[in-house]
Amino acid sequence: MESAASVTDDDGAKIVIKGVKKRFGPKVVLDGLDLTVPRGQSLVVIGGSGTGKSVTIKCVLGILKPDAGQILVDGQDTAKLRGRARDAYLRKFGMLFQGAALFDSMPVWENVAFGLIQGRGVGRKKARDIAYEKLTKVGLGADVGGLYPSELSGGMQKRVGLARAIAADPEIIFFDEPTTGLDPIMSDVINNLIVDTVRGTGTTTLSITHDLVSARKIADRIAMLYKGKIIWEGPTAEIDHSGNPYVGQFIHGRAEGPIKMEVRG
Amino acid sequence: MKFFTAVGRSTLELLGEVGRLSIFTADAVTSFIRPPIYWSLVGTQMMRIGFFSLPVVGLTAFFTGAVLALQIYIGTARYGAEQFVPTVVLIGILRELGPVIAGLMVAGRVSAAIAAELGTMRVTEQIDALTTLATRPVKYLVVPRLMAALVSMPLLVAVADAIGVLGGYVAATKSLGFTGSIYLNTTMNDLNGNDVMSGLIKAVVFGFLIALMGSYNGFNSKGGAQGVGAATTNAVVSASILILVANYILTNIFNILNF
Ligand SMILES: Nc1ncnc2c1ncn2[C@@H]1O[C@H](COP(=O)(O)OP(=O)(O)OP(=O)(O)O)[C@@H](O)[C@H]1O
Ligand SMILES: [Mg+2]
Repeated sequence: MESAASVTDDDGAKIVIKGVKKRFGPKVVLDGLDLTVPRGQSLVVIGGSGTGKSVTIKCVLGILKPDAGQILVDGQDTAKLRGRARDAYLRKFGMLFQGAALFDSMPVWENVAFGLIQGRGVGRKKARDIAYEKLTKVGLGADVGGLYPSELSGGMQKRVGLARAIAADPEIIFFDEPTTGLDPIMSDVINNLIVDTVRGTGTTTLSITHDLVSARKIADRIAMLYKGKIIWEGPTAEIDHSGNPYVGQFIHGRAEGPIKMEVRG
Repeated sequence: MKFFTAVGRSTLELLGEVGRLSIFTADAVTSFIRPPIYWSLVGTQMMRIGFFSLPVVGLTAFFTGAVLALQIYIGTARYGAEQFVPTVVLIGILRELGPVIAGLMVAGRVSAAIAAELGTMRVTEQIDALTTLATRPVKYLVVPRLMAALVSMPLLVAVADAIGVLGGYVAATKSLGFTGSIYLNTTMNDLNGNDVMSGLIKAVVFGFLIALMGSYNGFNSKGGAQGVGAATTNAVVSASILILVANYILTNIFNILNF
């Protein structure tokens, strides 16, 4: 059930995160996070290491339960989803994990086809064809399909994770550091792939990256997370004159500035 | 004061643990009946849990049966009652030692393997990845293992029973001077359905505990390699203790019911 207010408020928004809080023991990670991902757009979240970027995505997927706040996807409150409704909800998403998180008990092609076969009831043969097609898209040849994840380099694992995330052509895709660990050329291939996946298909994406070259290329909008809150959010073109000292320090990669790294000696 | 704080804290932790385990168990058991059920995974797990446990269960059962015959002989011979050796060995194996020895061996092998595998999947986010691929981890990982253990354990115990009795037979005929045909005849005459069934019922319960403890500890492992190691140890220890406690309770119940 959608309240009339949320329809008008969140019109054009695919994902709305309102006042989400999350702590682990005494450590507060998210402290009233507000973020909106517009439908069919690519939002990139930047922010220092350990600021809770991955935690944010896991809250949206329900892998972690927020302590407070609300997450709406297509106007639907995700906290109330159970059973089949939750299964249907999760079928909207594709996710690339920061550490790839490939199933090491099955070959690469089955990893990519997994969501199709198990989650969506696609036949094995058809799923296999789709898997190989997606592997080609991420620059991996047919010979890789039969290998096991442990036989791949880190960058290759990342690309398999990417193929798995896009395999079912989901409505929403989360990319957690898609280009980390890739060489500059492969990074660009992946950036192009993400851009192609989004543009013209109506897919909504939320990506996390430290790589500003990548962010500028794939983002329609950029948001910066700091101390559990979004401290700046705007169109990609505006990132260079945000007027926000935190953003300025981050994009220029300066050790001096308002953001103090907690380096313990 | 420190003492009371510590006691209070560990009591709360224990209660929390019991609560989490209950929720996990309820989740696993209710997932049992609702489709989809991954039958091919049940098959794979039956091979791993049941078939590959045969050698270790068979060997331990054989020597347990053999040593049981030797010890019972010492006791019965004092009263000139050696003729009861086959019967006591039979009942001891069927009702207690078959299921308990098989249970403990499988707990060591299988609870550990399940906890290590699921624990690694947990810390490498593979379990989270299952969720994002619209597959429920409990259904995909826990239910097949539970089902396989529930079916495999009675089969393993049936084998352990037969081999355990054989061990007793070998010890009695080789070391104690029993005549083979007499030993076998006594065994066959005293073979009783209730003795067999009570052991098999225990086996089902032990199978459940083994798979549950392996899965629960694996699912809740934290941290890296060390966390997985701790989960593995906890799985084996908790499964073994629960098996021995459950065995005592079941034996009591069977006695009360005259079963
Ligand atoms: N399951 C968990 N249990 C306890 N603490 C956690 C858990 N997950 C994350 N944290 C803590 O939450 C904080 C944020 O973690 P998160 O993984 O979201 O960081 P991040 O912004 O993605 O950083 P990075 O850019 O390094 O990936 C970290 O301090 C981490 O220690
Ligand atoms: Mg992260």
